[in-house]
Amino acid sequence: MSDVSMTVNGKRVSAAVEDRTLLVHFLRENLGLTGTHVGCDTSQCGACVVHVDGKAVKSCTMIAAQASGSTIVTIEGLAEGADLHPVQAAFKQHHGLQCGFCTPGMIMAATDMIARHPEGLDEATVRHELEGNICRCTGYHNIVKAILAASETMSKGAAKAA
Amino acid sequence: MYPVNYHRAASVAEAVNLLASEDAKALSGGMTLIPAMKTRLAAPSDLVDLGHIADLKGITVSGSEITIGAATTHAEVAGNAALKQAAPAVAHLASLIGDPHVRHKGTIGGSVANNDPAADYPAALLALGATIVTNKRSVAAEDFFTGLFETALEDAEIITSVSFTAPERAGYEKFRNPASRYAIVGVFVAKGADGVRVAVAGAGDEGVFRSSELESALSGSFTPDAVAGVKVPADNLMSDMHASAEYRASLITVMAKRAVARANS
Amino acid sequence: MGIEGIGARVARKEDKRFITGAGRYVDDMVVPGMKHAAFVRSPHAHAEITSIDVSAAQEMPGVYGVLTGKQLKADGIGNIICGWMIHSKDGSPMKMGAWSPLAVDRVRYVGDAVVIVVADTKGQARDAAEKVEISYKELPAVIDASKAMDAGAPQIHPEAENNLIFDWDLGNADETAAAFSQAAHVVKLDIINNRLVPNAMEPRAALGHYDKAEDHYTCWTTSQNPHVARLVMSAFYNVAPENKLRVIAPDVGGGFGSKIYIYPEEIVCLWASKKTGVPVKWVADRTESFLTDAHGRDHHTHAEMAFDKDHKILGLKVETKANLGAYMSLFSSATPTYLYATLLSGQYNIPAIHANVKAIYTNTAPVDAYRGAGRPEATFVMERMLEVAARQLGVSPVDLRRKNFVTVFPHQTPVIMCYDAGDYAASLDAALKASDYAGFPQRKEAAAREGKLRGIGLSCYIEACGIAPSAAVGSLGAGVGLWESAEVRVNAVGTIEVLTGSHSHGQGHETTFAQLVNERFGVPLDSVSIVHGDTDKVQMGMGTYGSRSGAVGMSAIVKALDKVEAKAKKIAAHLLEADEGDIVIENGTLKVAGTDKNVPWFQMALAAYTAHNLPGGMEPGLKETAFYDPSNFTFPAGCYVCEVEIDPDTGVTKIVQFVAADDFGNIINPMIVEGQVHGGIAQGVGQALLEGAFYDDTGQLLTASYMDYTMPRASDLPSFQLSTSNTPCPGNPLGMKGCGEAGAIGSPPAVINAITDALGHENLTMPATPQKVWAAARAAGR
Repeated sequence: MSDVSMTVNGKRVSAAVEDRTLLVHFLRENLGLTGTHVGCDTSQCGACVVHVDGKAVKSCTMIAAQASGSTIVTIEGLAEGADLHPVQAAFKQHHGLQCGFCTPGMIMAATDMIARHPEGLDEATVRHELEGNICRCTGYHNIVKAILAASETMSKGAAKAA
Repeated sequence: MYPVNYHRAASVAEAVNLLASEDAKALSGGMTLIPAMKTRLAAPSDLVDLGHIADLKGITVSGSEITIGAATTHAEVAGNAALKQAAPAVAHLASLIGDPHVRHKGTIGGSVANNDPAADYPAALLALGATIVTNKRSVAAEDFFTGLFETALEDAEIITSVSFTAPERAGYEKFRNPASRYAIVGVFVAKGADGVRVAVAGAGDEGVFRSSELESALSGSFTPDAVAGVKVPADNLMSDMHASAEYRASLITVMAKRAVARANS
Repeated sequence: MGIEGIGARVARKEDKRFITGAGRYVDDMVVPGMKHAAFVRSPHAHAEITSIDVSAAQEMPGVYGVLTGKQLKADGIGNIICGWMIHSKDGSPMKMGAWSPLAVDRVRYVGDAVVIVVADTKGQARDAAEKVEISYKELPAVIDASKAMDAGAPQIHPEAENNLIFDWDLGNADETAAAFSQAAHVVKLDIINNRLVPNAMEPRAALGHYDKAEDHYTCWTTSQNPHVARLVMSAFYNVAPENKLRVIAPDVGGGFGSKIYIYPEEIVCLWASKKTGVPVKWVADRTESFLTDAHGRDHHTHAEMAFDKDHKILGLKVETKANLGAYMSLFSSATPTYLYATLLSGQYNIPAIHANVKAIYTNTAPVDAYRGAGRPEATFVMERMLEVAARQLGVSPVDLRRKNFVTVFPHQTPVIMCYDAGDYAASLDAALKASDYAGFPQRKEAAAREGKLRGIGLSCYIEACGIAPSAAVGSLGAGVGLWESAEVRVNAVGTIEVLTGSHSHGQGHETTFAQLVNERFGVPLDSVSIVHGDTDKVQMGMGTYGSRSGAVGMSAIVKALDKVEAKAKKIAAHLLEADEGDIVIENGTLKVAGTDKNVPWFQMALAAYTAHNLPGGMEPGLKETAFYDPSNFTFPAGCYVCEVEIDPDTGVTKIVQFVAADDFGNIINPMIVEGQVHGGIAQGVGQALLEGAFYDDTGQLLTASYMDYTMPRASDLPSFQLSTSNTPCPGNPLGMKGCGEAGAIGSPPAVINAITDALGHENLTMPATPQKVWAAARAAGR
């Protein structure tokens, strides 16, 4: 067993878990944060993407003990209060989701992608950057549209703030 | 995943001590090891996490001498400004590994130590004549990669960094497996003080290798046209459902041509 | 239309929970005392089980139970059935072999479930599963349907001699032969429709909970049709009577057909819950999904088309071998017969058609309906045939199609279907224009200068959706009727709940169904809730598949709304002292037409429940139920154009543009319809370029994870150009046809027609992977 403690969505959490516990299972089963999903066994689908210390990672490919001491943000922690994060809002507005299963990972990947491209995004870059996230419903068309729109909104917001 | 004991090492020395137990394995980014453990294909008794050892991280560029700490992530290599200046082909290679999430966790040391035949870094290190530095010694890339998933590393030996001299020109191109997105063929071309070296990842049935055909063609003229007509023999290439040896052989030439074009651009 | 009514691009109500991580899928469910299951599965494609020893597994930490097929049978749990009877051309019924939810004495494919282990954690269940000792006597296996009927091939089920399940005919062989004897040209084609794995992103899962006190079972399952699951588990599998079994399909992460069927795992989890005394949850990992989800397609077809000297089609002959895998899944027999051969007239006037389909057992995963189900296979035959014919006849593929289009409706084909409405030329014209088809030669030339091969391909598809008239499908062998039910509950303050037998697993019913209510009564969308997916809440329903939720599910809602409206108007007329025929509903108010006398919707609803002042003899309350049974299939149709650019050095095919011009009849929410088309096209492009399930000769699945099975990723696809035209469906009250499968049906031939156009030869099978295209380009000397 390992004692793990980390900050998840702004809250300090600790637990004793089996050493083989994956971060995704710690989030889902110990913390009840079931928005992070498991869609494959080979680290490819991206349904499990969360932010660890500010970077998008696949929580199915990290054991919980590795993340001890880290700061984690999951889909449940993205919105500020009742206000949706601009990426969440864009996914809704542009119909970037259907069954919703890949959506949390997509949104967490998209927020990371936008943060890494302050210069802005184009369609080819978005499609390339979605290499690690698989969706079976949307054909990606509206996901790409939503990410481009959110990137636009966020850069405007950033310009305003500056 | 089978039960396992997790240890977080604070220093290389501590890691080496922890790795003394027989079935212990070093855990760096975990991008290959953890999936293998999840599917119960790997079953180490202990995992020694190298991810929190400060000494293993960072990139130093001093003139044309470059050292990359073993626990440096692919994203850090891809995004390092000094490295992009000194050896852009290496940064470019790192930007092509896996996907953004994998690049945030996966490390150069992990990739090199694992020596997956479809991994990218071994091609770069071999073509650059790099040195792999461990807690015990320095090994030339030429002597380090010994076969499929096989390296010169001994038990409880840890890669601490890799170092190389920046090439005059270099380029990397890869052709991805359409499903896994690992390299079916990756070709790294480098032109340096010692001449031209070309290393191929993803294709050799004994892992990464140097192509003498391509090297001799490029030694005369380091141009895409010089390799366009080169026929790489298919004899010792892998064959699987995604790519026959013959197809791989053809792709090696095509990727070499494109890598040279990139090196010269 | 109003801003929330029919035709409005309303953002989805259900999105809020999904984008905030609050969706509730089966794996998210937690029941007190819940334990976890792992299945021990056959590693062999075909073997006798000679012994099973569970003693070591039972001693493992955390284990609650290790249960076998013998115990399952002893408790009277039944075999899994196929729900559609097909008769062979000699009149004999199909030959269905036994499929025990846990194998007893023989396993027939890699992944066949043999033992269930229940333990405290999933990890412990898997640890213990490895300790179950099963001895197998391996038997020879057959994987390829074209070899399974050979003399000496392994016999998979004693019931099906030579592994032949049925040998079925449709159409008229004599008339077709006569048509061919008149032909000026005959075009022949051999076609493989590749086997696919549906790959909904949420893996299948089941949670079985037996409540001893009530002697009652609850099953949370990843289902597209929970009522059908309850019906089948009660009536055929003997799990529990319907009144003792509640089936809940909560949020479901995609289905595409694969979650229609009732699989061994949900049955076994329910049974194991009673047996072990604890709730039992099982969640597939991705490789389990690859091995055991029903696969799709897998047809080998030879087709011949006869043309007269003016290139009018005279007749069509089709022979298909359909691989159904090791067992007959729920609708496996219908998919390659009535969902396939009935569409072999395409969009064309064909006087004579004859189709023969042989359904065959092999030692592979069961094959059943996957998005499109039979119709993509038919469309691939037709649209490859038309393109190849045009090339062989030296005419334009546009002109050849146009010349043979059905233009007069209704149109009775020689293969059962009666097309009710359509305008195929309109879709064709729209697609040609959007794709600048006329400008293609210049683009091809420009690409050639860059060393690239450009090609363009068409596909004019038709499908039959809105399944289906119950009496019609009953006469064709269906074990169930394919109506739908709806209940509309107007609450005392005027808010509305619509209970539907349709199930949403991505389709957006919570929004579109509410839009329909808004259109009728002017009640805001937020005041309308759509309730589905729970047999305790919704009385009965047939579920969501075959693009039926709009055409059938919403038609049922329309019927219930009609009844609500009639009663509401009666109440309003009584309150307003007016004639009920003069009452109209506008913007949420019931008015006397032409006056300012009105009663708001909520007040009318309150009056229905206070019952202080109702018309004489009227029952209080406002709740109505309806069942809708369609009178015909619906016939969505359209034209797709795909343009590709091939890099001959690597064989990589890039889709440079993809145009879809569809006719779905009337549309409720264009944004959602477009989303359905996008996803369908991605799956169709996936079939054409990337995806294929491949077994080795011993029956091991080579493509059992995303390392080897190529899922379409964002970088594999372009943005799509869509448009719709509209010939309303005359057969249902909303004039809807359905849009869920069109993309997957129409796109594969468009892609392959484009690639073969670029390569200059037809010799290419799906998926057209870079390796295959590279080899084909070399063979063509490109």
